[in-house]
Amino acid sequence: MTDPFSGISRGGNPAVGGRGESRAPPGSGREERAGPSAARRGDQVLRIVLPLAVLAVSLGIWEFVVWFLGVEPYIVPAPSLILRTLFSDAGLLLRSLLVTLTTTFEGFLLAAVGGVGLAVLFNQSRLIEYSLYPFAVILQVTPILAIAPLLVIYLPQQAAVLACAWIVAFFPVLANTTLGLKSVDRNLADLFTLYGASRGQILWHLSLPSALPYILGGLRIAGGLSLIGAVVAEIAAGTSGAGSGLAYRIVESGYRLNIARMFAALLLLSAAGVVIFYLLALINDLALRRWHESALDAKR
Amino acid sequence: MPNGAPESPGRPLVDPVMSSAIKVNSPLVSLREVGKIFPNGLRALAGLNLQARAGEFLALLGPSGCGKSTVLRIIAGLSEPSEGAVEWPAAEAEGGSRRVGFVFQEPTLMPWATAFDNVLLPLRLARERGPAARERVEAALERVGLRPFSLAYPRELSGGMRMRVSIARALVTAPQLLLMDEPFAALDEITRFRLNDDLMRMWQALGMTVIFVTHSVFESVYLANRVVIMAPRPGRIFTELSIDASYPRSQNFRTSAEYAALCRRASEALAEAMAAGDET
Repeated sequence: MTDPFSGISRGGNPAVGGRGESRAPPGSGREERAGPSAARRGDQVLRIVLPLAVLAVSLGIWEFVVWFLGVEPYIVPAPSLILRTLFSDAGLLLRSLLVTLTTTFEGFLLAAVGGVGLAVLFNQSRLIEYSLYPFAVILQVTPILAIAPLLVIYLPQQAAVLACAWIVAFFPVLANTTLGLKSVDRNLADLFTLYGASRGQILWHLSLPSALPYILGGLRIAGGLSLIGAVVAEIAAGTSGAGSGLAYRIVESGYRLNIARMFAALLLLSAAGVVIFYLLALINDLALRRWHESALDAKR
Repeated sequence: MPNGAPESPGRPLVDPVMSSAIKVNSPLVSLREVGKIFPNGLRALAGLNLQARAGEFLALLGPSGCGKSTVLRIIAGLSEPSEGAVEWPAAEAEGGSRRVGFVFQEPTLMPWATAFDNVLLPLRLARERGPAARERVEAALERVGLRPFSLAYPRELSGGMRMRVSIARALVTAPQLLLMDEPFAALDEITRFRLNDDLMRMWQALGMTVIFVTHSVFESVYLANRVVIMAPRPGRIFTELSIDASYPRSQNFRTSAEYAALCRRASEALAEAMAAGDET
């Protein structure tokens, strides 16, 4: 909810000066906290350094074993070869990445709009909820890998891929939003009733803001799932004809025994997944940090 | 029978000179033979008669579970009485709307909105916008001393400040009737005393009717000009006390012999009410 009158009494506000200010420990306590906070910083460093060390050591062993045993690159390529392939095939791979990411993003967007929209519809009408909810569950519990080939038969290539991404991603948004819309503070709901709020006003000013942390939680799950959906669909579609996404590249490279490119494409997919995860975590944090416990505790 | 024994000290008499500035005359709202039975069969209220006169500060005092909050919810229209009726003679005569403010036990603020937006809520729901609405919100925040904190979020405020925002929100519509459901029960004593004084000042300045639910004898006697004592099982009016001490009341009143005597009488009446509840 934005403040329509923002700016009127800005400044000179002791409690809301900077976002860190209200949470900062009082001046007197700062020295005492130097010890624990230094320890926490050390902890932070370890959290970054340790996994990197594990990665470096593993890659080193991999490289060494491939070199020492003289393993052929079409069986197991060395990490250095994968890296070289990543650069030499960059044009092809990045174009494919773009295709997959576009599908993922579109599927995610549809899932977000569809999931929140359907949840709102369910919230407004019990009859619609009773009529449709079971089918949403069926859609969710049926493995997407089994649905994808059918979709590819009945839908145009691009639509089938998109439908897959959507089917996988929309349910967590729907389920979380439904839960969120039901978790409204009873007293606040009474207050809205007291002031004669319309259904629309209750939805917009009370239910949706209350549900926001839940919706964002659902979206975080949906982000990763829409990538999975896109990949599954590409693999299913790839066997039936055209396709140029990253997952299709993996399948295609497999046929050609270009294992290094398979690994390179896989690396890009993982990176895309990680970026999506952190991007959504960031959005979550930005939207909730002023008021919701979940976004605040992480910073303490 | 429970409705005020003849010998009980506080008959429903109201001293006309008690508060000169405030007109205490026709009832603003009156409950007639109100009963409430919850869906689970529990009888919360029975044969309850209560009148709130325009401009008075009425305290509803009783042990927990005696239906005090239910009475407030029925007056606010948040709950329907199973028996009896709620009448608004003054509002019906004028044909006007009845403006009611409600302060809950918890501050009940929207955590995602600033203090300003929280206070703006009743106006926003009434589709009142623009500079006039903004001025009223600022005036309400000023009245509770939180003008500098209008852009703070609830979690950035202390418990007492949150309750002030809640009061500002209730006052922003200039209600004829302010319903308060143990609003200060969760606050520390120092904060509670200060909010008591502030509330009394606001009531005097604005002249609305206040119905204040509490389980504290001391709070009810300090604030109200009429203390209505309820008995439990089922919830009903047991007796009432009029507190004739003049306003503004302050620390001097809190430490006076008169206050102590009134508190003793209210405590005794409350003990009798609870005993009456145990018999049934």
